[in-house]
Amino acid sequence: MTLTDAPVDNGINLQALMDARGALGDDPTLGHFVWRASSRWENGTHSFSTVEKFSGLGGEQSHRTPFGYDIDHPECFASEDHGATPVELILVGLAGCLTAGIASVAAMRGIRLRSVTATLEGDMDLAGVLGIDPGVRNGFHSVAVHYKVDADATAEDVEALVAQAQKRSAVYDVIANPTNVVVDVNR
Amino acid sequence: MRTATVIIGAGHAGLAMSCRLAELGIDHVVLERGEVANSWRTERWPSLRLLTPNWQTKLPSFPYDGADPDGFMSAGALAGLIRRYAGAIGAPVRTHTTVRAVGFHDDGYAVTTEQGTWTAPTVVVATGACNLPNVPPYADAVPASVSSITPMDYRGADDLPEGAALIVGAGATAVQLADEIHRSGRAVTLSVGEHVRLPRTYRGCDIFSWMESAGVLDERFDEVDDIVRARHVSSPQLLGSPDGRAVDLDALTDLGVRLVGRLAGIADGRARFSGSLANVCALADLKMHRLLNRLDEWAGSAGQERPERTRLPRDPALELDLTNGEIHTVVWATGFRPDYSWLDLPVLDRCGRIRHDGGVVTGVRGLYVLGLPLLRRRRSTFISGAVSDTRDIASLIWRDLSRRDCALTAVR
Repeated sequence: MTLTDAPVDNGINLQALMDARGALGDDPTLGHFVWRASSRWENGTHSFSTVEKFSGLGGEQSHRTPFGYDIDHPECFASEDHGATPVELILVGLAGCLTAGIASVAAMRGIRLRSVTATLEGDMDLAGVLGIDPGVRNGFHSVAVHYKVDADATAEDVEALVAQAQKRSAVYDVIANPTNVVVDVNR
Repeated sequence: MRTATVIIGAGHAGLAMSCRLAELGIDHVVLERGEVANSWRTERWPSLRLLTPNWQTKLPSFPYDGADPDGFMSAGALAGLIRRYAGAIGAPVRTHTTVRAVGFHDDGYAVTTEQGTWTAPTVVVATGACNLPNVPPYADAVPASVSSITPMDYRGADDLPEGAALIVGAGATAVQLADEIHRSGRAVTLSVGEHVRLPRTYRGCDIFSWMESAGVLDERFDEVDDIVRARHVSSPQLLGSPDGRAVDLDALTDLGVRLVGRLAGIADGRARFSGSLANVCALADLKMHRLLNRLDEWAGSAGQERPERTRLPRDPALELDLTNGEIHTVVWATGFRPDYSWLDLPVLDRCGRIRHDGGVVTGVRGLYVLGLPLLRRRRSTFISGAVSDTRDIASLIWRDLSRRDCALTAVR
């Protein structure tokens, strides 16, 4: 089999994806997931977060190995810059989610991807987080994502791919829509 | 009382079914809670017109024969047409006979009404797709100072309080009401989720003419990708207006309507909108172009003019204060759903939708449903869908009754 004859899957396990859709359709409780992260303060604005276990598909699940992230602020904030800022991690999450969606939707539609790159920008007014102006929100005023996609498809098909990935993206939804957040504390 | 088939609902679909069964000599009765065409008569606003042109408004043995084939029928005119149809075909309609329950009985069904019980081996549910307004739970959070209505209650813009309105939705109903209410002098904010954009005319012909000729309307339910999704897309942003005017988002923007994203919730008197307006517009534009590409392919040539990409507001509002006196009315144009509260049969899915395969209700025998979006083909969504759908279902009923060795003409 030559390379061009290989079925297009972009490295996505299409069969597993279809099976999951079928299984979750038959038993909606399997689709209930809880994602978890834990965090520990290090020093200053530096903290260390890990992810490992989550639940879903009717039971406890685990990553192949725990993953950890240093989170801090840059030196111009008078911090030690041990890692990405929290808001940058939001952009990282959005990029990861949309790009995974693009690859999956492309595979479903038989579109071969050669390269997918993105740059993301979230603009923010620090007057919010610093409490200078109560009229300014803390979070992003807007988020812009610029994709470059090289694929065996028309410009219109690529645009449809990116639109569909947004429509099916969890992180896009989290950013674009309100979510109830409950924070409690114990001594 | 016993018959071969009980048809529930004397709207266009139930009556078309009656016509088909009569052709096959199958004894039946049509049970109607009110008068013939009750929903069109009592549950629609007067300015509502069909999206499809008159020449397409036809029923079995009843082509359109009026003077305005390219016009669009009002709800009242359609109710009149359906009434004439009931007379023309001599349908055995029992009006003011509300069905209270349908349950299993022997090898068939018992249909309990306020005027007695009918038993029959086959039942056709033709009660329509739009019995109840589909209002999101957070509608209860609209402050008491703001009036909150559904299209079921809407009778005209002049009945609304003076002042601005928030219209939630982006289907045909939402954009038509946005056009009408904004023109009445009440500034409209339209909360736009996923929607279907279509041009009223393309290359000089009505879009339904194109879809008819190119075979789009005859695409079968088992040929459509992801039929569950396809059955739940909103109605197209069209208006059957004598002046042919557009009511897509660009036309509404030109009128002065303010666009915001999908309503995500209401809390503390504030409506909050999704930041997804750009993407839902991109999805609708792409989908429209895919249809127009298909029509061009069918025509064998490319059209010269295409609608422009939907123009987006620069910074769509993410929040609207419903307590500051600006908004006086919220209109929930968030769709409709059928009412199956009387159906005591295990045939509904967890969302309350009837499970069916092209109108044949799944998991039971002898139960059929009509008049739902994309029931057997794209055309099913529109009045003329009853022509082909009832022909198909009638032959299934005939086969069903024959196999049961059931007398087609039951004892009355």
